[in-house]
Amino acid sequence: MAEARNLPPVTQTPAETTTVLLSELVAHLRQNRTRLREQWVQRIIDGQLLMAMSKEEIFAEATSVYDSYLEVLETGSVEALQAYARNLSERIIPRGVETHEVLGIVLLLRDVLARELFSKYGSDFAVLNQVLDAYEPAANRIATTVGVGFVEERERVIRQQQEAIRELSTPVLPVRERLLILPIIGVIDPQRARQLTEQLLLGIRNNRAKVVVMDITGVPAIDVKVANHLVQTVEAARLLGATVIVTGLSPEIAQTLVTIGVDLGKMNTVGDLQGGIEEAERLLGYKVVSTSKVAD
Amino acid sequence: MAVPILKQGGYLIATVQAALTDRDLAELRDSLIERVGRYRSRGVIVDVTALDVMDSYAARTLRDLAYMAKLRGAQTVIVGIQPDVAFAMVQLGLMLEGVATALDLEEGLAFLDQQFETSQQGRV
Repeated sequence: MAEARNLPPVTQTPAETTTVLLSELVAHLRQNRTRLREQWVQRIIDGQLLMAMSKEEIFAEATSVYDSYLEVLETGSVEALQAYARNLSERIIPRGVETHEVLGIVLLLRDVLARELFSKYGSDFAVLNQVLDAYEPAANRIATTVGVGFVEERERVIRQQQEAIRELSTPVLPVRERLLILPIIGVIDPQRARQLTEQLLLGIRNNRAKVVVMDITGVPAIDVKVANHLVQTVEAARLLGATVIVTGLSPEIAQTLVTIGVDLGKMNTVGDLQGGIEEAERLLGYKVVSTSKVAD
Repeated sequence: MAVPILKQGGYLIATVQAALTDRDLAELRDSLIERVGRYRSRGVIVDVTALDVMDSYAARTLRDLAYMAKLRGAQTVIVGIQPDVAFAMVQLGLMLEGVATALDLEEGLAFLDQQFETSQQGRV
């Protein structure tokens, strides 16, 4: 008869069994942490994960993850792990670590620890089953928590960057008294178009501008919604007493505007930025005179 | 609530202080037109800086004012439309077609002066 070494007394409930088993396996995993951690780090390197990090860095993070992992197994609480996962993500995302790498290393640790449990309890199938019943839900929860934490952090970073790009890319620049330039680069979506209009109108009011040159050389194409929005921007600027000159329309955009039947009488356009500024200066009554001396 | 109307040389200046009812707007329009005739004004400035909302009735009334003033020999300029009001107006299609606009009172006066080529010193 096989020695029922680790079988708990029959009077325990399944939940109590799980708790006892978990404590026991956590203790074992803790005792052997150095060996198991090394195994895990080696698997990470062999799997060519976390290439962006040095071996020392991987080892340092592995230590923290390993200890957090055991803590979750023991207490069942993922809060500390969630906090750690967020913190870890904040640090490694700028290093270029990808989602599949993060999930990969957590799953590798799961495998390393599972194999350890197989080797320890494998001789007794009934006990092994109980051990796995206790271990697997906790291990899965850990993988999910870390994965979700990482993805959420990435999404937060992306949102932040999008916001920064949006703010950066619609500067309103005073270049002369009463003359503003609004250089637009990149794709304009309806949200950006709206932001553009708001910034332009505020710029007109704050700088008391009479003419605005809106240059769209850097805009590859626009759709009907955005085209109408541009027309609205021109009209709104007029209500504030400013004239908008649109410059730098690509052939594609010119085609779009004609096709959708935009009222071109409402739009003052000039081919390029240089022409636009010259026209603006003319409207404002400036005259640019060349002096005979050339600066050297 | 009546809108104060000031006479400055050949110009009339009406400064809207707060939200106007439809009736106030109609009264303003009628007062201005009456005064244009009485004083033989050449210019009308309506300052809407204090208006934080412009609905279709207001826009239509201001447009009517401008056209009526023109028929009686005066050029109208609407000044002080705020950025967010302008934004809302264009979205609703309230364009104030054919009505001159300027950023503020100073710009409005400059515009009228330019129209009539009156020198700064010459203006009473």
